Amino acid sequence: MLLEVKNLHAGIDGKAILKGLNLQINKGEVHAIMGPNGSGKSTLAKVIAGHPSYEVMEGEIIYEGKNLFDLEPDERAREGVFLAFQYPVEVPGVSNSQFLRLAYNEKMKHLGQEELDPLEFNDYLKEKAKVVEMDSSFFKRSVNEGFSGGEKKRNEILQMAVLEPKLAVLDETDSGLDIDALRIVAAGINKLRDSEKAIILVTHYQRLLNYIEPDFVHVLANGKIVKEGGKELALELEEKGYDWVKAAAK
Amino acid sequence: MTEGLVKETIYGNFFKETLSNIQPEWLKDLREKSFAVFTAKGFPTLKDEDWKYTNLAQLVREQFTIRKNENIDAKKISQLFSETENENRVVFANGIFNAELTNISDLPEGARVLNLGEAVEDETFGVTVREHLGKFVNAETNGFTALNTAFLNEGVFIFIAKNTRVETPIHIAFVADGEAASFPRVLVVAERGSEVTLIESYLRTGEAKYFTNSIIEIVLADDAKLKHTRVQRESHAAFHVTTTAASLNRASVYDSTNITLGARLSRHDINVKFNAEGAEAFVDGLYLVSEEQHADTHSVIDHAVPNCVSHQNYKGIVDEKARAVFNGKVFVRENASGTDAQQSNKNLLLSNDARVDTKPQLEIFNDDVKCAHGATVGQLEEEELFYLLSRGLNEDLARNLLTYGFAEEIINKIEIESIKKQLDEAVLNRLHANLEA
Repeated sequence: MLLEVKNLHAGIDGKAILKGLNLQINKGEVHAIMGPNGSGKSTLAKVIAGHPSYEVMEGEIIYEGKNLFDLEPDERAREGVFLAFQYPVEVPGVSNSQFLRLAYNEKMKHLGQEELDPLEFNDYLKEKAKVVEMDSSFFKRSVNEGFSGGEKKRNEILQMAVLEPKLAVLDETDSGLDIDALRIVAAGINKLRDSEKAIILVTHYQRLLNYIEPDFVHVLANGKIVKEGGKELALELEEKGYDWVKAAAK
Repeated sequence: MTEGLVKETIYGNFFKETLSNIQPEWLKDLREKSFAVFTAKGFPTLKDEDWKYTNLAQLVREQFTIRKNENIDAKKISQLFSETENENRVVFANGIFNAELTNISDLPEGARVLNLGEAVEDETFGVTVREHLGKFVNAETNGFTALNTAFLNEGVFIFIAKNTRVETPIHIAFVADGEAASFPRVLVVAERGSEVTLIESYLRTGEAKYFTNSIIEIVLADDAKLKHTRVQRESHAAFHVTTTAASLNRASVYDSTNITLGARLSRHDINVKFNAEGAEAFVDGLYLVSEEQHADTHSVIDHAVPNCVSHQNYKGIVDEKARAVFNGKVFVRENASGTDAQQSNKNLLLSNDARVDTKPQLEIFNDDVKCAHGATVGQLEEEELFYLLSRGLNEDLARNLLTYGFAEEIINKIEIESIKKQLDEAVLNRLHANLEA
């Protein structure tokens, strides 16, 4: 098993948002975490990545047999955990290519593999950028600065392509995207999907799942998983709305 | 030892020693007058409004050697410069012109670079020097200006004739090699329609304690353009007090970038005065200080006439126990309608012990103007930091990268590759990564 979340209670500012969440994820699987606003979807994503504002009150997460909470956020990243941000952060004055190469080389160093010099990395980056149909003009620009909403989300998937994580948590990657951008982003994620990687899609809407077919769907309400099933569960939710599961959560 | 005694023993003795053989007479008068001002006023104190954050007690106590020029390590000095950079280079060691290290072979016919001491007596340029020297700084009210003027001898006079375009930058380097006080003076006269790039750098061969007190006066005639890059990399034990004064005539452009990295205590006064319409000034800077460094920048931009533009963008990075001061005055006089004046000072504090005192000041006496100013003092953004950590960058690397990003806008203004590279390294000193991507 790649990731096991056991009885996770976590929240922010002393207030519990996740209240006993359990989840098991194997290599090669795509899991969709769905749920109404405030159900704790993004909290789960941020706790996995190690966001400092979130506190874990109870429970544990085992990643590749290790206690995830023993690792700092950057260590988690180097061990293969990746979070695609719901709101990607702008980093003025740091170019996309500098940033990506530093991140890539940090990971390579950690794995004891060879680092890439700027020229080698540029070739590697060009190849990866095809995944999300990004042209090289994005490389020189400051990270996310002045990017449109769609460009920022594509940039997140580009980072995922470059860093090749074992576990990718995509937090509302579909939010704020028009249909063309959604198609590009979804196609990118599908290209990166493989038997070595697990993906968690955190999403409010079923829409993304028309493009990326999940193996499992988990419905989160009031900090717990209240319903689980296959991809057909998403369609059922689309039809019946969240009131149906909310009622079940009580 | 009291301040008065210091003047007697160090500055006073040296003054008497050098004054005897000074020519011409007007210069001798100017120097004597200035020394009298310095003797009367001394160094500023915390009671002076313009010096209230910068304590000079340590400087006042010091007994520097003056004009020490023996045993200059020319080889060591030459290693401070890029071998590949194409530039006209004028080198001063401990404030004294060094012919061996100077090379100004790539100047067009209309450009002249002279030792100031010779220029005052020059048949052609003596008059020009006299016309402008000391006209843009005030040796009667400012003790440091008075002190510099009292010892005025070594320095550079740059003259760019009408419509002359100097392709290769002129680099004036003041190198400290050992402990000494030096009083360099530069006068730049750029005639109508001329263009030149000036690099002014302060370097050191080691970590000695010394004192640099320099003044750079710049006169731009109509339509003249001057790009001025100033890089202060004094030793972290040194005292550095400089004034830059630029006087801008019709439609001239003064574009300056001021980098402060060195000195135990540094003070840079930069004064820009618009004398005629249509002129434009960019006054940008970056101060990056750590340990117990103290960096003080005071600027005055004087819109004395209508329709001029000034843009000021200063950024500060203050780490450990360092302290920075920024005071930026912009005056828009009564008749200066159509003025566009923008001023920004942003500061990044990297430690809890670091401190910044920033005071942007706009004084506007005309309604028909476009003016804005702002100052911020902040720390690295936690969300930005987490974003970089979540991509696997360790915390030091992430902090350094964000710090670099903060400064990048100013560093990138610098077009001289060797200086830009040095700066990249200075800003990223703890970042052992190659950023050339």
